[in-house]
Amino acid sequence: MNSQLLLIFSMMLVTYIPRLLPFIMILEKKLPSRLVKFLQYIPYTALGALIIPGVFSAIPEMPQASILGIGFSFVYAWYRGGIIVSVLGSVLVSFLLLFMKNGFVF
Amino acid sequence: MKNGLNDGIIDGIPIFIGYVPIAIAFGILSKNVGISMTDSVLFSVLVFAGASQFIALNLLFLGAGIGEIVLTTLMLNFRHFLMGASLATKITNDLKRWSPLIAFGITDEVFSVASFKKGIITKKYILSLEFLAYIAWVSGTVLGYLAGGILPDMVKSSMGVALYAMFVAILIPEAKKYNKAIILAILSGVTNTLFRYGFSMPQGWSIVISILLVSFLGVIFSNKEEVLKYE
Repeated sequence: MNSQLLLIFSMMLVTYIPRLLPFIMILEKKLPSRLVKFLQYIPYTALGALIIPGVFSAIPEMPQASILGIGFSFVYAWYRGGIIVSVLGSVLVSFLLLFMKNGFVF
Repeated sequence: MKNGLNDGIIDGIPIFIGYVPIAIAFGILSKNVGISMTDSVLFSVLVFAGASQFIALNLLFLGAGIGEIVLTTLMLNFRHFLMGASLATKITNDLKRWSPLIAFGITDEVFSVASFKKGIITKKYILSLEFLAYIAWVSGTVLGYLAGGILPDMVKSSMGVALYAMFVAILIPEAKKYNKAIILAILSGVTNTLFRYGFSMPQGWSIVISILLVSFLGVIFSNKEEVLKYE
């Protein structure tokens, strides 16, 4: 086995094990209520850490384009709700801003 | 309300839109770094973890050893342990047989979508969500390796916001009906920024520490009577 395949398989293991373990450990067990609460907060804290600060450098060459793009998603999700339109709209806003700045360069 | 195959596919569409351009970028970069198409696709088929795959390419390019790359990957993916633990509490026992397969498909995006889904998470729902994410990732990699060069840079750049836009669109409805959601999220984002830039901590650790610390603070400061409507 060449070293690149060894790397891929090792990476597969260290990626898969953290994904699998909680399912083996948690299913069918009655957890203490404070732990349940802790686990229920994780989606919010995880989203926060996934969004900030990465969002400010999503388009490194023009941070304004990513911030305004995300702004669209924020406003649309707030008033209308729905993920698909939010995502497509923010991509479009970012593209238009990049387009206005650069013109059509390939 | 039970969520089935159709709900999974509809909810998977934004993930699909977000993954394809990133996977294309991975395909292009792996070609530039000089690894074979087979290896590039094997990365996406077997590892299926965006950030780790990019960092692996970067470290390969810099001539890092396997040990270092594997350790970095483990650190970066430890957050999925926390996410999986959170999601596992929402998954019913009849899914247990499928959990090895479900676990393989847990990514930041699948976790975020499934966590906030109202109603019962069935195996059809979660597996179709994951399947859409997976085919986007694998086919994007192939596409990027073969034909990535023809995409204009502006198109690729603008798609960099897609997944962030999705995270925001998931968070906002929660924040509207539940004050604590926005407090927890912002606090965690600020903590992450502080550890990342203030203490120059690697991304994997700063995300894990932010999740642990702020969730823990949330438990400490929550009043006992509060009942979370998690549905």
